[in-house]
Amino acid sequence: MTAGLTLAYRRRASPLHAARAGAGAVYCSGLVLCALILVHPLELAAVLVAVLGAARLAGVAADVRRAALPMLVLVLAIAALNAVISRNGLTVVARLGELPPFGQIDITLEALTYGAVLGLQLLLAVFVAMLATAAVNPDELLRMFRRLSLRSALTAALATRLVPLLEADGRRLADAQRCRPDPLRHRRVAIVRAVATGALDRALDVAATLEVRGYALARRPPRLHRALSRHDLAFTAAGLGLVALAVAARIGGLAAFSADPTLDIALGPGEAALAGALILLALAPFANRRGIDP
Amino acid sequence: MSVLAFDAVTYTYPQAGEPALRDLTFAVEPGEFCVVAGLTAGGKSTLLRAACGLAPHFHGGTFAGRITVGGLDTRDHGPGDIAAVAGTLFQDPETQILMGTVRAELAFPLENRGYGAAAVARGVEEAALALGIERLLERTTRELSGGELQRVALAAALAGRPELVLLDEPTSQLDPVAGDELISLLRRLNEQWGTAVVMIEHRLERCLAAADRVLVLAGGALACDAAPGPFLDWAAQAAPALQTPGARLFACAGMRPAPAGVKDARATLRAHGLLPDPRPPGTPADPRAASDPDPGAGVAAADPRPPADPGPPGPGRADRSGDGAPKKPPRWRRGEASPPAALRLRGVWHELADGPAILRGVDLDLAPGETVALMGRNGAGKSTLLRHAHGLSRPTRGRVDRAGRVALLLQNPGDYFLADRVGDELAGPALAAAGLDGLADRHPRDLSGGERQRLALAIVAGDGEPPAVVCLDEPTRGMDRAAKGELADRLGAYAAAGAAVLVATHDAEFAAAFAARVVLLADGRVIADGPVAEILSGGWYFATETARILGGDGGALLPEQGGALLRRRLTDCAPRWGAELA
Repeated sequence: MTAGLTLAYRRRASPLHAARAGAGAVYCSGLVLCALILVHPLELAAVLVAVLGAARLAGVAADVRRAALPMLVLVLAIAALNAVISRNGLTVVARLGELPPFGQIDITLEALTYGAVLGLQLLLAVFVAMLATAAVNPDELLRMFRRLSLRSALTAALATRLVPLLEADGRRLADAQRCRPDPLRHRRVAIVRAVATGALDRALDVAATLEVRGYALARRPPRLHRALSRHDLAFTAAGLGLVALAVAARIGGLAAFSADPTLDIALGPGEAALAGALILLALAPFANRRGIDP
Repeated sequence: MSVLAFDAVTYTYPQAGEPALRDLTFAVEPGEFCVVAGLTAGGKSTLLRAACGLAPHFHGGTFAGRITVGGLDTRDHGPGDIAAVAGTLFQDPETQILMGTVRAELAFPLENRGYGAAAVARGVEEAALALGIERLLERTTRELSGGELQRVALAAALAGRPELVLLDEPTSQLDPVAGDELISLLRRLNEQWGTAVVMIEHRLERCLAAADRVLVLAGGALACDAAPGPFLDWAAQAAPALQTPGARLFACAGMRPAPAGVKDARATLRAHGLLPDPRPPGTPADPRAASDPDPGAGVAAADPRPPADPGPPGPGRADRSGDGAPKKPPRWRRGEASPPAALRLRGVWHELADGPAILRGVDLDLAPGETVALMGRNGAGKSTLLRHAHGLSRPTRGRVDRAGRVALLLQNPGDYFLADRVGDELAGPALAAAGLDGLADRHPRDLSGGERQRLALAIVAGDGEPPAVVCLDEPTRGMDRAAKGELADRLGAYAAAGAAVLVATHDAEFAAAFAARVVLLADGRVIADGPVAEILSGGWYFATETARILGGDGGALLPEQGGALLRRRLTDCAPRWGAELA
């Protein structure tokens, strides 16, 4: 079975891979929360640097980039849409005239900037999700879920297994259609329909396997008594620290950003220091590579 | 107490008109190794699904009778409970892998049974060691080959040391080496741990020697329940399609009893003076071969096929003059005019951006009308080579020349069908030519396995200009002997019409039946290329059972050829045994 287009976890020599799944999940959650709490462009840029740096130091930068780049289209679409439909902002940069059903369309600098910030937040969420997919062990995560909610974990197990199976089915069907001397019209739609139809069969096959592996017994997996490693501690602390820093900055009025009625972006030593701190805090756990490098 | 007992079991799937199992009664004792045989759609897989509790708990339907597994009545206990006493392995390894890493996959069934952390860790290690997959424990399951996946799935089924293992054609996706390894492994677990094994298998020659007992299902009912020897006697009379090649070889030679495996057969032949004794080290290769002036003569006389057209000398063929002279390079390398080829690959490489090379400089020529079997282990590059032949993949280096259209039938014929009617997939005359007239209004997925394959083959062959090359990837998986014979005939018809036929297969018997030439791939390279009698008669794994029994004597590959050879030997060399001839 070959890896497909979807991102897959593979154990690599990196501190993030060495940390337990719970610590990795806390760390990635911290990065996402940071991106959602802070709306200041400089701080978001700092989080972006931190996420890309973490992906690089975890050895999954290429995978994350490849999987997340298609999202750029969506990000640009959000920025453009916000600029068109938002009535906020006083600094008009373009007048597009009457456009039903929106009426008079004026593109403002504020709406453009806010759309870009929204898009950047979405992009960060996608990047972090990709980082988590590539660097946090899904089996351990599923195990954690099974301890919390067995039935939900069953759904998750089915879903996580079905995605690569259906992806492989789609590839096989597409290849088979390319072998026909008379390719059917609307082939792509037909392939999607066939994969969707086959999804039920695939789900039944996987569910049957779950049954014969004893999943229906509904017993919680045993608790693993594993001492916290330095990587577990470092990534957990970093994740919690990032959230604490972001919350403290918001409460303390640091990194203020407003896009209505005019752009108001606080830029001073405090904002610069916060951006630096975010990057340092996010990348610090990677500094300890003792026993990691080959 | 029996580890598995069926008592008057009749089972009908939901909305099915006919029962899939009819009044089945049998018992499997601890430590028994049972093979379940039968023609396609005989109810074998349903038997297995009933034994593991999926029927009726998962599939629904109507169930009558009683099944007990390790003392658990399946009417009261579902598949989850039964999983504690019976490990189950289905045919498709891809749908049986649930977790991301091998270690988690092996731990999963143990955790579900509520084992403690230490017991889980120990169970994982023991299952991995038993199956020889300890090196794979930290690998992600997405990286594994089909053979490795099958082993991991089997290890997951065996984790926790169940009393019984239920297996549905576990070797169908494996090459001969991996298939033999898996059977040996099961026999070892069976002998060392007393684990009872119930295994469905089409290729009986692979497993009969390891089996204690054979159950034959026909139309959902038990047609035969006997030890391998008596089963073969029964099959000779009642179900010739289930005879192993070794049994057919003995039948053709007029010898009895039918052997259960290669070892049995060789011992019998040796006892009759028809095979040389195992030679001590340092003795000549085969003393009897020298006294046999033309060992192939009898074979040629018995071979119903026309002599294979040697075709133009391919790259490998030039290397086998067999006269000890220095090997000549192929003609195209010497700058001579190349013969017309239906398909020509020159120095074809397929290199992955982030992985190893799948093909490494493959040279291959196929002449029009030539029938070629492409063989090799899982991962040798057979499917990739076929994709290059068709043009589905492009070589990273080298070139592929085609004399015309290449029809490629991939492994799963069902992938070709997107319409809801057979008639919408293929026009009427082409349907009739494929022997499918009258099925135009059926849904393609309601066709039998053989019909699906015929339809898919007809689709890729097209009804316009005939293809210059017809390629098939593992077309005989899950097929019984009758269906294989029909496919061989169909491929022969394509070759007779002038198409080169290239089939990737693990099935040496099928290769011997349809091909004139065999190309053996290993690690992306062609390591042998020659007439079928030469390649398939000289090995341990890539050889037919007849060739393994006869040790490659006379190049006999098929039972009919070997039988003719043995009859000649019996008459010429051992007249005292002539009385035993039928």
